[in-house]
Amino acid sequence: MSASSHAILAQGLQKRYGEKHALDGFDLAVPQGTVYGLLGPNGAGKTTAVRILATLVRLDGGRAEVAGYDVTRDPRKVRRRIGFTGQFTAVDEILTGRQNLRMFGRLFHLSPARAAARADELLERFDLTEAADKGTKEYSGGMRRRLDLAASMILAPSVLFLDEPTTGLDPRGRNEVWTAVRSLVAGGTTVLLTTQYLDEADQLAERVAVIDHGNVIADDTPAALKRRIGGDQLEVVLDEAVDLPVAVQAVAKVAAGEPEVDEESRRVTAAVDQRVSALTDVARTLQDEGIGVEDIGLRRPTLDEVFLRLTGHRAEASAVGDQEHTEVSA
Amino acid sequence: MSTLDQGLDAPERRMYWAVTDGWTVARRTLTHLVRQPANIAWQLGFPIVSVLLFGYVFGSAMSVPGGGDYREYLMPGMFGMTMAMGFMNTAYAVVLDTTKGVTDRFRSMPMAPSAPVTGRGLADIVSAGLDLLVLAVTALVIGWRSDGGFWATLAAFALLLWLRFALIWIGIWIGLMTPNEEAAGNLFAVAFPFAMISSVFVAPSQMPDWLGAIAAWNPVSSTVTAARELFGNPAALGDSWIEQNAMVMAVVWPLVLTLVFVPLAVRRFQRLSR
Repeated sequence: MSASSHAILAQGLQKRYGEKHALDGFDLAVPQGTVYGLLGPNGAGKTTAVRILATLVRLDGGRAEVAGYDVTRDPRKVRRRIGFTGQFTAVDEILTGRQNLRMFGRLFHLSPARAAARADELLERFDLTEAADKGTKEYSGGMRRRLDLAASMILAPSVLFLDEPTTGLDPRGRNEVWTAVRSLVAGGTTVLLTTQYLDEADQLAERVAVIDHGNVIADDTPAALKRRIGGDQLEVVLDEAVDLPVAVQAVAKVAAGEPEVDEESRRVTAAVDQRVSALTDVARTLQDEGIGVEDIGLRRPTLDEVFLRLTGHRAEASAVGDQEHTEVSA
Repeated sequence: MSTLDQGLDAPERRMYWAVTDGWTVARRTLTHLVRQPANIAWQLGFPIVSVLLFGYVFGSAMSVPGGGDYREYLMPGMFGMTMAMGFMNTAYAVVLDTTKGVTDRFRSMPMAPSAPVTGRGLADIVSAGLDLLVLAVTALVIGWRSDGGFWATLAAFALLLWLRFALIWIGIWIGLMTPNEEAAGNLFAVAFPFAMISSVFVAPSQMPDWLGAIAAWNPVSSTVTAARELFGNPAALGDSWIEQNAMVMAVVWPLVLTLVFVPLAVRRFQRLSR
């Protein structure tokens, strides 16, 4: 291992697909034992970054070290120290869960006995023992994703890459995967995960790098990021547009920033710090004034809003980057 | 170097793991056969139905130039057709692994980089051997016999598998170029003419000249004709050089295909890292 205390270190990564820059001077430093989220819309370059770090794609410029080894010079050593879970659940659908894990164990060069024992351990740990001898075709999405995670954990890697681990899962499957990821983290694994959902980054990651056009444009804790973009949003929708000025006044008293008013939908929105007291204060004021309220509530800023604040433009999916590998391999 | 990497780069260990990993990957596909026996039935259904269709429905109207029983003539053709269409199985398996992310998982692991390919090839040859076994039994049931003696018969089956071996590389190459499962279904459009514009069903001399020439130069024809000669079945040899030298060409064609398509397949595989 090098002296670096970073599990992942990327400096000035460049990756071009034709004329398009999927990564353009991408920097990232992930300390050991942390869960790091890469947050960005489709095409921002998240997947390209993860695939370069997992030795699947060659970089065009810059350098990257994973678990102390250079991904270009020592890919085999990197591969012994990482787990990779791609966008699609990469398990054999015809084999059983147990057969899958034994096969991957053998391919990680465990002895047959050790591979079998490790398969049993992981099935237990990811709560798949009951389904162990069923074909994975019969698994739910969440179960298959858990098996996929288990396969990445066979060598107890020091760094685990998860590319959109919950995309396409129902809320229950998502919760199952989140629980599984949390248990990995408790074991000391460094996790780099990509996601399109601020909520997911918030649930799992200690730090989040926001990515746009192949660059890290913000890098902070989820709480700090949310503060930077104004935290939770208080939203009030009135029955009558004439009452808007009163409502704006009430909201302004508790807001962290200037309230936004949308006349047409009779909506007042503002970022708030003290979530619950802000909500109750405004509700009480409006009630005392006898103003009809159609809806009032708190909500998390959406990824769109994070983007709007950080970049000044909306998060639109560009054609380059995240989906690129499927097109290239086509 | 930490214990995790001990012996990792020693050449003899590399060789050992290349073989072991290849076998592990092959065993995966062979386990599929055990877990999904219905698939073998589907795979064999086509040649068996073809045997019945061409042997009995059309067979009575078919004649073999130079004489001989049509069903005797047909059976080596059926063996050859099954081998020829086998490239679709290879291609389809490669497409599935690539689109479902299994190929990426393999590539992110410290296994021998050659193993996904050697394992695929080994599994395909074993299942092609099973195909031939079932077909040969079917052939024996409907009265086909090899009059060529033990070694000649064995050599004929070896030539058939040699053709299948060459087609593994075409299958991998095509599989890596095919974007998804749906597109893989269209491979029938390639497989049909490749297998059938040949001496599988009728002698090229019975076709229009231009088509007969294409059929005679089809690698499948050389293998099938050589197998007929080795089995001692009617071969209906034409006068052309390619038909007269079928035995040599049954060795040369697959060799040429292998030499052309191995580098192409390897290059396609490496392009996955782009």
